[in-house]
Order: sequence, then structure tokens, then C-alpha cells
Amino acid sequence: MGASVGLGASEIAELVRSKEISALEVAEEHLGLIESQDPNLNSFLQLASAAAIAAAKEVDAKIARGEDPGRLAGVPIALKDNLVTRGQTTTCASQILKGWKPPYSATVVERVSSAGAIAMGKTNLDEFAMGSSTENSSFGPTRNPYDLNRVPGGSSGGSAAAVAAKFAALALGSDTGGSIRQPAALCGIVGVKPTYGTVSRYGLIAFASSLDQVGPFARNVKDAALLLQVIAGHDSRDSTSLESPFPDLISHLDKGVRGLRVGIIEELIEGAAPMVGEALMASARSLSDQGAKVEHVSVPAVTYGLSAYYLIAPAEASSNLARYDGVRYGLRVDGQDMNETYVSTRTQGFGAEVKRRIMLGTFALSSGYYDAYYVKAQKVRTMIIDSFQNAYDRFDVLLSPTAPTTAFELGAKASDPLTMYLSDVCTIPTNLAGHPAMSVPYGLGENQMPIGIQILAPALGEVNMFRVAKAIENAAPTITKGLFWE
Amino acid sequence: MANLAKLSLSEEEELMYTDQLGAILDHARDIMSLDTDDLLPTAHPLELKNVFRPDVETASLSREEVLSQAPASEDGRFLVPRILGEAP
Repeated sequence: MGASVGLGASEIAELVRSKEISALEVAEEHLGLIESQDPNLNSFLQLASAAAIAAAKEVDAKIARGEDPGRLAGVPIALKDNLVTRGQTTTCASQILKGWKPPYSATVVERVSSAGAIAMGKTNLDEFAMGSSTENSSFGPTRNPYDLNRVPGGSSGGSAAAVAAKFAALALGSDTGGSIRQPAALCGIVGVKPTYGTVSRYGLIAFASSLDQVGPFARNVKDAALLLQVIAGHDSRDSTSLESPFPDLISHLDKGVRGLRVGIIEELIEGAAPMVGEALMASARSLSDQGAKVEHVSVPAVTYGLSAYYLIAPAEASSNLARYDGVRYGLRVDGQDMNETYVSTRTQGFGAEVKRRIMLGTFALSSGYYDAYYVKAQKVRTMIIDSFQNAYDRFDVLLSPTAPTTAFELGAKASDPLTMYLSDVCTIPTNLAGHPAMSVPYGLGENQMPIGIQILAPALGEVNMFRVAKAIENAAPTITKGLFWE
Repeated sequence: MANLAKLSLSEEEELMYTDQLGAILDHARDIMSLDTDDLLPTAHPLELKNVFRPDVETASLSREEVLSQAPASEDGRFLVPRILGEAP
């Protein structure tokens, strides 16, 4: 193991810029660790070793020429495999896209590369980002780096596991109902779902377009802020991209929480495991100790989030996934005519969970059920937004568990979709509202697995959200357990 | 539903999905009794409207690169099986 493995993104960028270490050494040390240890974890679907080495040499060359190598100079980053990368296989962990080489790159991929980050490869996910454990990948599950018998969470489980395992200092994921925050919690790292519209979705393979948002994973709050800063900002290629400039998070990080009003969401404590509830209360006490005003608050409509989400997200997915028809890219299974080709391609190409959600969404949108299910869910979405608004009239940020439990064992929930869906009960309401939220680790539970605390904020409330995250991080017990390879 | 979604299911799968989708929709019953008469549906969290880009020509993706990923192509176009059912 090399000296750079385990360093944070800010540290690596600093050392590389000051020529104390070369970007090439950093890339080689991280690639070496991945090659020797990832077979146990399965966090990467494709490694981009040659491209990473070339990119690292380019960063070193820029520094040698006296040019600015960017804010993420030489920082190894892992990319969820639903972000398209030009000429490099992108699969969404689905057989229907196996071997597909996109003709363009996602805006976020271009932004991290221009900032000097080194893309190490593409990480595993639940097929089309549908799942909470990464067990729905058609290329095998990813495991939790703190216990290989447990799941890393999902759907961005590969990105979360890779960062937790120190295979990369940073990763990008996507969050439609908790797919960044929940795996971050289960793997003991920081994960952020930014305000909807803050980060470009151009080149993010669509699951539920009104909910999807790209966001960062890091091992500390400052690094997550740094990466968010690099990827945020208007993109004319995404018509849902906000034009307002994104605030500077890092200059506010250490301002403390004195005077901030923090509300603990009562409805989301009730279903949580006792050890998760205890960690939440301990993190809340640490905030009061640091001068925040902490109170309990009721946000009644959040309890309806799960039901509304599992009608809205599948409805949007059934429409978005209609594009996989075997015509322009990806798998084609030929039939007698075009219709038979569509059916055989999709039947062979999609896995069980994807089919389940396509059918659920097709039902919710179908004639005769549209008003009763889809429109009803959209009205409940309004109710949830109003309920949050009431809370934000009195509070700057809200707190809850990120997930009701710590990482569960592989297979424990695989046969019952509804039980699996309940893993996202705390994270889903944020997506429906379009608000930002993030997960910060808060020590280990009695089963020696990491616990995550969720910090929620109103739209564009990232500055306060990160201040609270930093304050919780400062007070959090360190994770003393070793990784599987340590 | 499977037909509408262009999927084909085995008998076993039909039974499994009927059960599972039933359980998910049962869970969704909790929102059916809510009074939402005065609420407008939210399709989207942002209040953006009519986003246009300047009407300026820009380069598009290379046809060759795009077609190289197609399951079948011919003369610069995507090639698909017969669409209409008539005899050859």
C-alpha cells in the first residue's frame, strides 16, 4: 500500500500541486490496491487503468509547465456506472447496455476531469439505480468494506464501497430516493444529494427525471464540499439546471452552528433501530453543546413519502426506460418482427427489479388508474413540500437517521421488495421536495457497523447544511473498526 | 401490464409479480384516504418554465460513432427488422 492511500481529496490535491507527490504515484498506488483487493468487494465494474495513468501524467505535465492543474489535481475519483463516459463502457449494471460505449461524456464527468481528478473506473450499482443494496446489479453484488457478508447499501453501493475502502478519495453517485445518502451511511462515509437543479443531469442515465440528482461521496465533509463545488453550476445542456450561482461552501464550513435552529423529525425516529436513534440523539446533543438550538419537530406528511415515491418514480421510469428497444444501442434479441424484437430484447435485457418497476409505473400511468394513483401521488408530493415548508419556517435544518438500520446481510431483504423499499423511508421525502440532504457518519452501532445521520435543508440551503455536517463530524466518534483489507 | 410495457412473463413470474405488485399497491393505500382536493399536483420540484437555448448551430455527435454502437446499421442508418406484417 502506497503513502497516498487513505489521504483525503484536499490533502492529495495539495501534495500534488506542491510537487511533494506526483499524480502518477497517487494513481498507481490506488490502482494497485484496487487490483489486489477489489475482487473481494466488487465495487468496480470496469477499471480505467490506462486512461487513469495517462490523465495522471497529464496533470504532472501541467504542473511541470507551471499551469494550474485544477482544484482536484491528481485526486482519484470513482464514477457510478450510470454516468456516461465517451468511449468507455457504461452499463448501468444492466445486460441491456452490456458493452455499450457512449458517444459522449456526462457534464459532471467533464467537470471533474477538467478539475484534474483522475477517473479510476466505473462503479457497480443496482440495475438502472433501482435498489437499496446493490444486489440488483446484473454483474453480481458489491459488498460492505467493513463486513464482506453485508451489503454496502444502494443504489450507488459501488461508489460508496470504493470510497470507504480507500480505493478512491472521491466518488460520484446519483440519488433518486436515497441512492447516495443510504449507501454513504451504511459504509461510514459522507454522501450528498444536492438541491434539484444544482448539478447537471446531462449524461446521467435517466431513472426518474424529476427526482434524480448527481452528488458526491467523500470520507470527510470538506472533501464532499470540494467535489460538490466542482460539479455544481448551470449547464445549458440540462433544461432543469438552475441558473443561480452556487455558493462557496468551504469558506462557511468552520463557522460553527451557534444560533442555528435544528429540528429533529419525530416521524423518522419512530421506525429506526434503537442504536440508530441513540446515535441521532447523541449527534443532536453535540449540536446543542456547540450552540445550536435543537428541538423536536413534527413533519407529518413525510410518512406518506414512500407510497407517493413508489408510484411517481416507477411511473417516470416506465417512460424513461421505453428507450431500450434494441434499435439504436445496447442489446437486441431479434424476433420475427419489430414488436417481437422489442419484447424479446426487453425481456432478456432487464432484470427482475427493473421489470417490477416498469410494470408498476405502467400501471400507475394507465388509463383508468392515472388519476387514482399517479395524480394522487403527485398531490401528496405537494403535501410533503408544504409540510417541509412549515418546518423550515421555524428551523434552518432538520435531522433524522439516514437509514432505519445499519448495513444488513446479503440476501436478507432480497426476496421481499417492499421490505427493501422501507430502507429508503428517511431519504425519499427529500427527493420528492427537490431539497438537499446529506449523510454524515456517526460512529458504529452495537453490531460494529457504521451509522449515518441525515441533515436536511430547504432548497439551496447547502451552506447551513454543510456547517451542521461539519459540526457533527467534529463531534462524531471515530470509526475504530478496520476495513476488510486492513 | 406486461404487454403494455413490452415484456413477456413466464407463468411463474406472473404469479410472483401479481403478489409483489399487489403488496406494494396495498401499502400505497395509506395515501388514498388523504384529503388532497385543494392541492395541485407537483410534477416537478422547480418552477422553471420554457427553458430555451439560443438558436445557434452547434456540432452534433458523429454519425459514425453513434452507429458503431447500434445492433445493426446500413448506409448510415439504423437497421431494424420488418415493421409491417406483410409477406416478403
